[in-house]
This record gives sequence, C-alpha cells and structure tokens, in this order.
Amino acid sequence: MALDAKAQAALALHRFGVGPRAGSIAAMASDPRGALLAELDRPEAGRISDADLLTSGVAARAAFAFQEARRAARQAERAAQPATAPGSGAAEMKDQTPPASAPRPDPGPSLPQQIYLAEVKARIHAALAAEIGFVERLVWFWSNHFCVSADKGNVRPICGAYEREVIRANVLGRFGDMLLAAESHPAMLIYLDNARSIGPDSLAGLRQKRGLNENLAREILELHTLGVRTVYTQDDVTRFANVITGWTVVPLRQDPVRGGEFEFNPRMHQPGAQTVIGKSYPDGGLEQGRAVLAALARHPATAKHAATKLARHFVADEPPPALVDRLAKRFLATQGDLKEMAKALVAAPESWETPRAKLKRPGEWVVAALRAVGVTPAEIGPVMQAHNLLGEPLWRPSAPKGFADESAPWLDGLAQRLDIANQFARRLGADADPREVFDEALAPLASAETRQAVTRAESRPQALALLFMAPEFQRR
Amino acid sequence: MTFNPHAATRRELLLASGALFAWAYLPKLARAEGRDPRLLVIVLRGALDGLAAVAPVGDPDWVALRGDKALTLDGKPPALPLDAFFALNPAMPNLYRLYKSGAAAIVHAAATPYRERSHFDGQDVLESGLAKPGAADSGWLNRALTSLQPGGRAGGSRDAFAIGPIAPLVVRGPAPVLSWTPRRLPAASDDTVIRLIELYRHTDPVLARALEERMGLATIARAGGMDGEQPRPAGAGQVRAYFAESAGTAAKFLARVDGPRIGALAFDGWDTHAAEGTTNGRLAMLLGALDGAIAAVEAEMRDAWRDTVVAIITEFGRTARINGTDGTDHGTATVALLAGGALKGGRVIADWPGLKPARLHDGRDLKPTTDLRAVLKGLLKDHLRVEPTVLATKVFPDSGAVKPMAGLLQQA
Repeated sequence: MALDAKAQAALALHRFGVGPRAGSIAAMASDPRGALLAELDRPEAGRISDADLLTSGVAARAAFAFQEARRAARQAERAAQPATAPGSGAAEMKDQTPPASAPRPDPGPSLPQQIYLAEVKARIHAALAAEIGFVERLVWFWSNHFCVSADKGNVRPICGAYEREVIRANVLGRFGDMLLAAESHPAMLIYLDNARSIGPDSLAGLRQKRGLNENLAREILELHTLGVRTVYTQDDVTRFANVITGWTVVPLRQDPVRGGEFEFNPRMHQPGAQTVIGKSYPDGGLEQGRAVLAALARHPATAKHAATKLARHFVADEPPPALVDRLAKRFLATQGDLKEMAKALVAAPESWETPRAKLKRPGEWVVAALRAVGVTPAEIGPVMQAHNLLGEPLWRPSAPKGFADESAPWLDGLAQRLDIANQFARRLGADADPREVFDEALAPLASAETRQAVTRAESRPQALALLFMAPEFQRR
Repeated sequence: MTFNPHAATRRELLLASGALFAWAYLPKLARAEGRDPRLLVIVLRGALDGLAAVAPVGDPDWVALRGDKALTLDGKPPALPLDAFFALNPAMPNLYRLYKSGAAAIVHAAATPYRERSHFDGQDVLESGLAKPGAADSGWLNRALTSLQPGGRAGGSRDAFAIGPIAPLVVRGPAPVLSWTPRRLPAASDDTVIRLIELYRHTDPVLARALEERMGLATIARAGGMDGEQPRPAGAGQVRAYFAESAGTAAKFLARVDGPRIGALAFDGWDTHAAEGTTNGRLAMLLGALDGAIAAVEAEMRDAWRDTVVAIITEFGRTARINGTDGTDHGTATVALLAGGALKGGRVIADWPGLKPARLHDGRDLKPTTDLRAVLKGLLKDHLRVEPTVLATKVFPDSGAVKPMAGLLQQA
C-alpha cells in the first residue's frame, strides 16, 4: 500500500508525531523517514528547559511546607473559637454568638496543585511547539510505561518533575539508566509503597514488626521489565522485594534540607544474599538492587516486552511479529539503546505499511486538534478538563499498568470527543479557515467523503468539529 | 461611567454567546438628537430558507414549487398573513405581533453580492461587508463603529475587557470588543451528529457503531427514508433555551444606562438539506426558537425597546423547489428580518421577481432584487447616523452604487 510523499509525511505526523500543523507536511514530504530520524539527533531532544519548573526535591519540600503551614493555620483558627461547655443542650448553643471572623477569600489552587498545573502546562506547550513531536511521543510512551499516579497525595507535586528527571533525561539513552532512575525516584518509591517497605530481618524490621511490601518489586518484574507471566515466580518477587528494601525517601518531616529525596537506608534493608531469576546477588546494600536491575535490563524477556509495547503503541493493537522481533533484536544488540530502538521503528517497513487502525489516545487527539488550528490556549484548564472527561487524566492512570494502548477502551469516549470537538471548534476556531486546516492537517490522507463533510458544513465551527472527528483524524 | 464586565454575574453569562462593543463607541450624533439607539445583529449560519420563513402565498407559482411542503394560508397550521401577498411561518407569533404593531419589517428577495454557494465564503461576505470572500479580517459592524469615533480609541485598557474568543466576524476589527464565552457551551447539534454519523457510515463502520450506540441514535432513519413522519428533533428545548438566553443576555447589557449599544450574535442550524420541517419539524423548531429570542430581546430591553433595532441576516437562501429528501439546497435570495421599536415596520419590502421557472436565478433559486447592503446601510445611516460616504467606502468598500434604503426607521 504505497502512499505518495505527502501522504507518508502526513502519516508520519499522525502516527509518530503529535499531529500536523500548518506547513509541517510540506516540510517533511521530501524525506519523512529522514525527518523523523533528524528529530532524534537534535541536541536537547525531548528536554524541557523552563527555569520556573522545580526539581522533585524542591517541589516536595515546598509542598510539605505549604501543607504544614495550612495545618498550623487551621489549628490556630480552631483554638481561637470559643469552647462549648460539655453537655450543653440545644438551647445553650442557640445563645452562642459565632466568632467574628473576616470572610475567608478564595485562596485559589493550593501550592501542590499549582506545581502540578505548571508542569502540565509545560508538557502541553512542549508538544505544541514541537516540529514533528516524535520525541515527545516517545516521552509519553515511556512515561506511561514507567507510570506513577498523581492521585497519591505526595506524588502530585513531583510527578511532573519525575517525568522530566527520569523519562526526558533518558528517552534517547539507555533503558537500563531509565529503569534505575525510575525505580529510585521518590515518586515511584512512594507510589508503589517501597518507601516504607522494611526487610523483616533488618534493624528496623526486627524492632517494629512492620514488614515487606512487594508492590514495587512485582510491578518492576511484571510491568516495567520482563512482562507478566514470563520467567519470574512469586518467590522471585519476594526475594526481589527484599533486595530493594531500604530504597526509600528522606522523610520530609525530619529533614527540611534533603527531605523528599532518594536515600538508601541500610537500617531498613533486608540483610543477606538473594537469588532472583536464578542468579544469586550478594548483599552489597544499594549495589544489590542496582545489580538486579541491570540484569533485568539485559534480559531477553525485557527486550521482547519493551519491543511489543512500543510496536503496539505506535503501530497496531496486534503488532506484526516481524516488527516486534526486529525491535527486540535491536534492543539486545545495543544493550537497550532507546535511540537505536526508535530508529529501528522508523526504518521498519511495517511501521509505514500497517493500515491506520489505531485510535489516537485522548491526549494525542487533543494536542493534534490544537496543533491543527495553530492555537496555544492561554488557560490550561480546558485542556485538562478534556483529558479528564475522556478518561486520560494527566499523570493519573488508574493502575500501575498505565493507560491502555489498545484502541477498544477508548472507543467509549467517542461521543464525548464530539462534544469536546464542538467546544474546541467554537472556542478556538474563530480565526481558522476549515479548508486551510483540512489541507494542512488531513488532505493527503482524507477520503472524498471527509473532504465533502468538512467543506459543506454549515458553519466554520461545525466544519472544524467534523474535521476533528473525521476517521482520518481520529485514527493513526 | 465605564462599563464594568465584572459586574456580570456568572449565571447571566451562562449560556450567552456574542459580542458587544465598549461604551466608548457611542453614536454621538444620534445621542445629540436625544436618542439612545441600540443595534443587535443576529447572524443565522447555514442559509435560512427565506421562502419557508416568509412565504409568497399570493404568487401563482408558489404551491407548484413546494407542493404539500408549501406554507399556505389554509395549511395545517395556517401561515400568518402579513399582507395580500406574503405570510409568516406560524412558528413566529411574536414576530407577527410586532409586525402588526409596526415594530417589525421584512425584506424579501434580498442577497449580498455573493453568488456562489459555499457557507464559509457566503458568511464571510455577509459579515465582512466586502463584495468577495477572501481576505476578510474585520466586519462591517466594527468598521461602522470605528468610523463614529474618527480619532481612534482613547485608551488601550479597553482591550482587557474581551473575555472570550468567540466573536462573529461581523464585530471583529479595530474597535475593541467586549465578548462573552459561554461557561458551558451547548452540546453538538443534532445536525452535526447526523452529518458525522453519515460520514462514519460511509468510511468507518466501527466508529459509526460506536457513535450510534453512545448517542442512542441507532434507529435514526437515513436521510430521505423517513416514513412521512416529522419527529420533534431531540434537544429542541435546549435550542430554545440557548437562543433565548443568548439574545436576552445581550439585551440586558444593551439596555443598561451605562452599557454598550451595539452587539452581534450567531445562531447555527439553518442548513436544512433534508427533512426541512417547515411547519412541524426542524425549521419550525428553529424559527420558534428565533421567535423566542426576539421576544427575549424585547422583554429585556424594556423602555429601551423603542430605541432598538434587531437585524436578522443570513448568508444566502435556498432552492425554490424541494429536493429529493424533503429539504432544500443552497440558494441565493432570502429574507432579512427586522424587529425593534425604532422601526417604521408593518410591511414587507420586496421587489418581487416572481417564481416562474424563467424568473428563477440559475433556474433554481429565488432571484435577488435587493442588495442586502442597502438594508444594512439604511439602518446604519438612519439609526446610528453613520455618514453615507463612510458607508460606501469604509464600511462596505466599493459599494457606491448601492444606495442606503430609506424609510426603515421612524425618526428618519
């Protein structure tokens, strides 16, 4: 199924990038593959350089300080209220005059929420500003693979920093480095409860009778590396959990300077050698965990798992076996070089020949719509609302598995997409000419029926809404 | 006194969509005459079928063109007689009442200079005031106001008043605009849903099924396949509410002593290609909602109604004949509806071209005999006192040959 140059460029932008914007199809048409590869080679590819964004340590401490201050303020308020005598009846209550207090002005979003919003805004803006957005898509992919959830209170202020420090920093580097960065980041340690996992025979374990939490160990094996029901057993999970005891976070309450940062606490660490997936790891404190992770990063099952997920995300719900094979081989041959894996994805014929049957995920679709009309929204609120309504709230997956990569679960939200398309078209489409948007974002791939629907719409907003909902815009 | 947009309550802004001009752009000459004129322009997007809104019941060729879909004086329900020749769609009792009391007028067989049939280009010409589509970036209403303040605006801080980006082209331009964004926009119209489902049915059955199920529209009959029945479109109540609240809210602000005086709104949905429903379906529902909007303006204007003109315009009309799916396709000449206490109303203004096949434009459409710009110029000149030379050069460029229609207003 050979596509002409413009169609290939359009396909590349929809399938591998964040969607076409004015001029982007023409800019790539002479060499779509080359353009994708060139994006990988750009220095600072995938980085967000925004001086206002906080490191995870600083963000955690700031959020903690904010919450402490609020708690203290509330306590002070309660202390200032007149006390009621015990056993007062209803009649006495009536005679009490309420304390005079100035009406509290709406303080706006809390500091943790503000930090979160700033990070969301930075991420969306990075996607809107990208030439093609292939690296952005890779960031989103790996971020979903190594996902954390902002629904856990202490994670919210640091989940944006997590993505920058773990994913963006390693998106074109080595899988092993990304793995280590992810599993030692406070966001992950808190999210999957490892921060309070204690080896039963550790100093802390012997004293407190609190114990092991296997959550992170299991998800590392099942979701992040080897894949479910592969080479590991339940015993491996337990032993691995022991290995990473002591991987924790400096308590915020105890250390205002380093609170919220990773530390290896030997007093929580289970002593002794552990055997994980048939290999024995001598006890070396922090090194023990690092060694296991390094081994997992090199394992063929990990290569296959990562290759399958990458192919499923970009190309097809049921990825062509030849493609998975090729990607896995490349992963192993380059010791998990993620840039090489991305290049292999671009080079593979299946990546281009597979029909566009996948549905864009909500976040992908929203960004594509904004890029198509060339709008950077001043308020990030409506963009977040759209994500929430469509079931992909930013950095808030409902489970460690992350958001689904298959298309079927997202079909449910099609009617909501229509309402959002309608609203976006009305709010943002005032200056956009739907025929121009069609030409610049969709024309090389669009059917005659879609062209007709857009050009014969009864108003510009309706035309844009139909464009956003057209099959060629929904699928990739 | 400056207009303070923050005084608007959230509820008032809830369903409103439109744009009003800042207080600084007051028609000075009109004020000098002791009047305080208001102008509200309502753009109907989709091409209103003028013949179904105001039917030429006295034309001998009328019934043959539309058969049993023709609005007639003895129809079910009967059309409302305006004069010996024309009758109003019975879905508009308020407009009828105003017409009878001289506070409404209708211009028929009118059109802009645009002779193609694209909605976007037609709306561009309608709102830009230019003779051709293309490089439109401002509207005639905005330019009319800019001309009333030749020195330009006083301070730059007015720009901060714009609240939302939705402003119909007719009001965009150098004069700063106070515009509203609805807090909760209405859901996609039934028409949009139907168009989308049709597209999916032809190109992506999986998406078609997904959408049909979610919207509960699995039993929607394909266009043209309905068994003579005209069901009341879903969401009619929502449309009525949306039209009335938008217009009513605009009027609330126009009525205020310290408020703006000029505004514009846009209402969608008029592109009735299939199952038009002139007396008992989609078009009747829309006209009824529009009628409710007119009533809402009258009510909210209160005493200021006597200084008010509401001008309801659309990009072009529809075919004289019914098509194969009980609807009409894009046409040319249509109606402009005028309402307001400032009008010298109670009449239908038309140089009627007739409906014999030879008299139809391109053999299919009502032929235009009045340039819509003449009507708009007449309103701007006599209601707001915009100078005729300005009208011919800046507001409607290159329109020197189009004379402002006289006698539309009482005080002129």
